[in-house]
Amino acid sequence: METLLGTEEATAKPVGQGECYHCGDPCSPGEISIEEKNFCCDGCKLVYQILDENGLCNYYDLEQTPGIKLKSAPTDDQFSYLESADIQKQLLDFQSETFEKLTLYIPAIHCSSCIWLLENLYRLQPGVKQSRVNFVKKQLTIGYDPSEITLRQLVEQLASLGYEPHISLNNGEKEKSYNPNRSLFIKIGVAGFAFGNVMLLSFPEYLGFEGPMDAEVRTFMSYLNIVFALPVIFYCSTDYFLSAWSGLRKGFINIDIPISIGILTLFLRSVYEIISATGPGYLDSLAGLLFFLLIGKWFQQKTYEGLSFERDYKSYFPLGITRVTNGSTEAISLRQIEVGNTLLIRNREIIPSDSVLLSPHAKVDYSFVTGESEPVQKKKGAYLYAGGRLVGERIEVLVDKEVAQGYLTQLWNQDTFSKSDEGKWQSLVDQIARYFTGIILAIASITAVYWSMTDPTVMFTAFTAVLIVACPCALALATPFTLGTAMSAFGSRRFFLKNATIIEKLAGITHIVFDKTGTITETGQSGIRQVGSLDTNGLELVYALVSQSTHPLSRKLFNHFAVQKGLILRSVYDLEELEGKGLQGSVEGVFGKVGSAKFVDWEDTKTDINSSRVYFSVEGQTGYFEIANEFREGLDDLIGTLQGQYGLSLISGDHDAEEERLKSKFPIGTTMKFEQSPQDKLAYVQSLQREGHKVLMVGDGLNDAGALKQSEVGIALTESVSSFSPACDGILEASRFSRLSAFIDFAKSSKSIIIASFVISFLYNLVGLSLAVTGLLEPVYAAILMPVSSISVVAFATLSIQLLTKMKQL
Amino acid sequence: MLIIVGLILTSVIVASFFLVAFIWATKSGQFEDTYGPSVRILFDDEKKPDQSPEKN
Repeated sequence: METLLGTEEATAKPVGQGECYHCGDPCSPGEISIEEKNFCCDGCKLVYQILDENGLCNYYDLEQTPGIKLKSAPTDDQFSYLESADIQKQLLDFQSETFEKLTLYIPAIHCSSCIWLLENLYRLQPGVKQSRVNFVKKQLTIGYDPSEITLRQLVEQLASLGYEPHISLNNGEKEKSYNPNRSLFIKIGVAGFAFGNVMLLSFPEYLGFEGPMDAEVRTFMSYLNIVFALPVIFYCSTDYFLSAWSGLRKGFINIDIPISIGILTLFLRSVYEIISATGPGYLDSLAGLLFFLLIGKWFQQKTYEGLSFERDYKSYFPLGITRVTNGSTEAISLRQIEVGNTLLIRNREIIPSDSVLLSPHAKVDYSFVTGESEPVQKKKGAYLYAGGRLVGERIEVLVDKEVAQGYLTQLWNQDTFSKSDEGKWQSLVDQIARYFTGIILAIASITAVYWSMTDPTVMFTAFTAVLIVACPCALALATPFTLGTAMSAFGSRRFFLKNATIIEKLAGITHIVFDKTGTITETGQSGIRQVGSLDTNGLELVYALVSQSTHPLSRKLFNHFAVQKGLILRSVYDLEELEGKGLQGSVEGVFGKVGSAKFVDWEDTKTDINSSRVYFSVEGQTGYFEIANEFREGLDDLIGTLQGQYGLSLISGDHDAEEERLKSKFPIGTTMKFEQSPQDKLAYVQSLQREGHKVLMVGDGLNDAGALKQSEVGIALTESVSSFSPACDGILEASRFSRLSAFIDFAKSSKSIIIASFVISFLYNLVGLSLAVTGLLEPVYAAILMPVSSISVVAFATLSIQLLTKMKQL
Repeated sequence: MLIIVGLILTSVIVASFFLVAFIWATKSGQFEDTYGPSVRILFDDEKKPDQSPEKN
């Protein structure tokens, strides 16, 4: 996997003075430090202190700067829902008086230090009895004594170290995590076992021994071969038979049909030959064929297990919620919410069901539902839709609809989310299979008819030989190996695909739809311009004030200050946050205000639509910070290469204020749609598809989940691949956004390589067929031809993709 | 010639033993995490001395 870290280079490099000893972020030396170890923030320092006190500093020796920066301090009762017995029951794998066990998904797991620390948790928390990390799945299986530590304390401890588990109803509603690869592995093992043994036992036949071998021994070996072939037929091949059967029932011909015909003919003819003592059969070819086919399947099924591509609305919701009854609060699970309940929602929690606001004010961030990037101010009595995230003070709400009937869940109840991909889309192989099967059956019939007239004794042999040799194993292997290799190439370049068939779909797209917020505009690193002078004290005051607020603009400013050298985050006194206006407070005796123009008594002249302003007033110094909505790096180049080749569209949940500026970025003729709800986005993609377009949707995965799912290929852009997992076909790391066109190009080339592999395997088939039709196909030829064709096609596909990655400089 | 039959049967039994071992290993989840064990084996306990809290 690409996450393998710890190269020699990394371990040899000492931690730089300008780097946080814990997380590696830039920091100014000497400000926050212990024993010459510098930290970027108090959070990192605190984690270091905890680990140091408990003798866990090995953590820092295994990898350089392995830590995870704490994004936000966990609120006191963020995990209070874990005290609910109902939720515990859903989460725990095992529960008794003295021992409880569960598996947590922790996206932050990324290096060997993480494994070490999490598996040595018992030193920090004696209540922890066992802990085990599955690195590939980023899971921690942890057993603890509930009399020493509660589940809530345990999770809070993990969160305080930066390893906050992702707890959602998805793992709450436990479907036993069964790995489909396991049965595939076993099938490969069984097929390989049979392959090796049958080949060994067929050796005398290959060499044509006649002499000292008794006929009885030969018969014995042949029958033993049948025994080996039985599990191959009845266990290893079942997937192909089932797939062929379901294809037939649905009325379309897939590649598994000719494969199944080939397998069955091979088996039946071999058994016939052995029982009638007319020949040794082709059981070695049969076992080998299955062995190679299954390996191909495994190669194609290779997935990024650490990433989850399938999530529904429930995973966005909190697992538990606080209900208020007669003044007392209790943690309940989501499904216990009833109409008429009063719920307590805290800062940064998501409103789980459509409800009415009981508190005087609330600020709700609806970016998830509407795509609007700024939070909305709501007054008492306002109707709050599910899916909004509360920003600011805690509120109480009255539930109006059950979770399953809410506004938000309607989107997920649409057909798009219930229908599976199967049958909707036919891969290249299946398209070819339709003709292939017909042609093969025709050739076989003609051969049979011909021989029945000339030499009926050869008829049966020739007919079955055609079916056997035409079995498109090389054809079936070309796709998985080409796409599997291409998928690995993408993965190592931070573009992760749900499965290999997405590459084929990507190669066929004709229209690209971009989401605006978070996709073509960057949310994090906006350009910030200061207008009006401010001394260091003033800057530190503003820094301290914005650190106290969760308003998006404050957060942007905070991030801006946090990377500036020489600024110290001081504590604020007399802090007051006035809802909708701004913040005020004093630092080191200096008093100041930050907020809207009115709040700081500034003559508002703002007309610029491309940016937002935060005004300040500190002891007579007034001015503002202008925060631009920045476009992602490389957008112009990307649009430049894409235009002309594909239709382009832009859809946004925001108002159309930026339309003019966006028009200058996109070519003329680009469709732009604003104020689009998630449903609108989905409908737009559908309308494009009705016009015959194959749509690639690029979004950030939250408010465009429906559109991502509906489009042929939905790619979610994310800053941090591990921590976010929307419903989509692919996850692209935001920094690689400008390479999107290269990825599409590469997908197209991959498709050409598949076609070239097809040609090669057809040539092999032609040779085999000409032998078969004339009735000359000896078991030895079949035994040689089959593996050689398979291996050469696989080698061609894999090598050419690797060559292509070098040539295209992907 | 009977000896060949005996040899073949013996080799098949030995081979089956490995097949069973492979199936057992797969079912017990030994191929689930292919990265973890490779680093876990390198964790040593030498650093244990600083368990004593007086170190600081």
